[in-house]
Amino acid sequence: MPRELTVNERTLLARAAREVRHGMVVNLGIGLPQFLPGYIPDGVDVSFHSENGFVGMGKGDIEGTPDSDVIDAGGRACQVVKGAAFFDSLMSFAIVRGGNLDLAVLGAFEVGVNGDLANWKIPGKLTPGMGGGMELAQKANHVLVISHHLDKRGRGKLVGQCSLPLTAPKCVGTLVTERAVFRRLEGRMTLVSAHPDHGKNGALEGIDADVPVADSLENWEGAK
Amino acid sequence: MLDRVTTVENAVRQYVQSAQTIMVGGFGRGGVPFTTVKFIADHANEYRNLTLIKNDANEPGIGIDALFRQGQVNRLIATHIGLNPEFIRRMNDGEVECELIPQGIFAEKIRAGGAGIPAILTDIGLGTEVEAGKRKFELNGRTLLVEEALRGDVALIRADRADRAGNAWWRGSNRNMCVVMGTACKRVIVEANEIVDVGTLTPENIHLPSVFVDAVVPAGPLPHGDANAA
Repeated sequence: MPRELTVNERTLLARAAREVRHGMVVNLGIGLPQFLPGYIPDGVDVSFHSENGFVGMGKGDIEGTPDSDVIDAGGRACQVVKGAAFFDSLMSFAIVRGGNLDLAVLGAFEVGVNGDLANWKIPGKLTPGMGGGMELAQKANHVLVISHHLDKRGRGKLVGQCSLPLTAPKCVGTLVTERAVFRRLEGRMTLVSAHPDHGKNGALEGIDADVPVADSLENWEGAK
Repeated sequence: MLDRVTTVENAVRQYVQSAQTIMVGGFGRGGVPFTTVKFIADHANEYRNLTLIKNDANEPGIGIDALFRQGQVNRLIATHIGLNPEFIRRMNDGEVECELIPQGIFAEKIRAGGAGIPAILTDIGLGTEVEAGKRKFELNGRTLLVEEALRGDVALIRADRADRAGNAWWRGSNRNMCVVMGTACKRVIVEANEIVDVGTLTPENIHLPSVFVDAVVPAGPLPHGDANAA
């Protein structure tokens, strides 16, 4: 659903978009990931997979006229680019489980330092359901989680151990927040980049867990 | 060639009953048989204690939501209910049961049901709550979950175009779960946006062959007109 993004959301989307490589087949989860296409640099051409039944999704409201028979997994009318293909749910998940999806971009309630992901159920409260999330988390060749750095109570989304039901164990490859980038290295989510406004301390703020830090942090804006 | 075109009323009265398991096509709004579902909602006293198998719970006020609101459904088997907070409340309050299944496995369980395969083996959901209560099977040193096939009494699906015999075709992303559900139920009612003469559809482009179909009924207008407003 169209809405105004916050400064933090724009920051993390811009940083996350740089994780997307030319030629990738990419699935976008419901929520913040749906805004990612607008942040992918010119010249980086990717095929967006929409699990309800197509590859070749256009960049949403950014270009073209939405088609009411072409909706994304969150229910937004969108459109397809030349070369797109429509199919049913069976084919859609054959693409995912068969190893043909390069990147899944998902949201999170919690990410464990070991790469566990919880994003489908807060028992007794919010239960959106897993949808295609378990298969995306378990079978995409790389899982990129994008999320606010802190939850509404000021606690880091990166936690020592997930307390919520898991979407999939040890699946997250990269976590991008508005303050930090963590990559799963040797089985542990490791701080590899910090936003210059926050620095290393800000990038670890709110996280009540022992998080490894890379010997030298990557430039936030990318390779120098 | 059989002519399977009838009215929504005739098709529902002939094939749908209380206490049945009903598969309902659609993902979001695409493929949802709004007209057929509305008939069942408008006759709430006649169709009760239903088990629904549907990808999602629609949104409040749309599609199958009315069936929950009117207490016509005991149980929903679905993959995602996040766009219907009222359904989540009903589930949390115990008004309706809900079983959630990973989406592609949901589709494959229905495929198995339609294809005469009793169960499938999968690693999806291992290490999560999805394992709970399911049998496991060792295969070549790997532990896998046994996911049993799903079948229904009736499938309700909406196609963009169907011929009078029941061959059906979908536009854009509307196909989703519709085709596979059309293979996995004893009776299949296809609600079509456009009904054409037999021979009009290109045989190579037919998504669901008429052999699965029992009734073709005309779709009414979409509940919200232009879905671009979604």
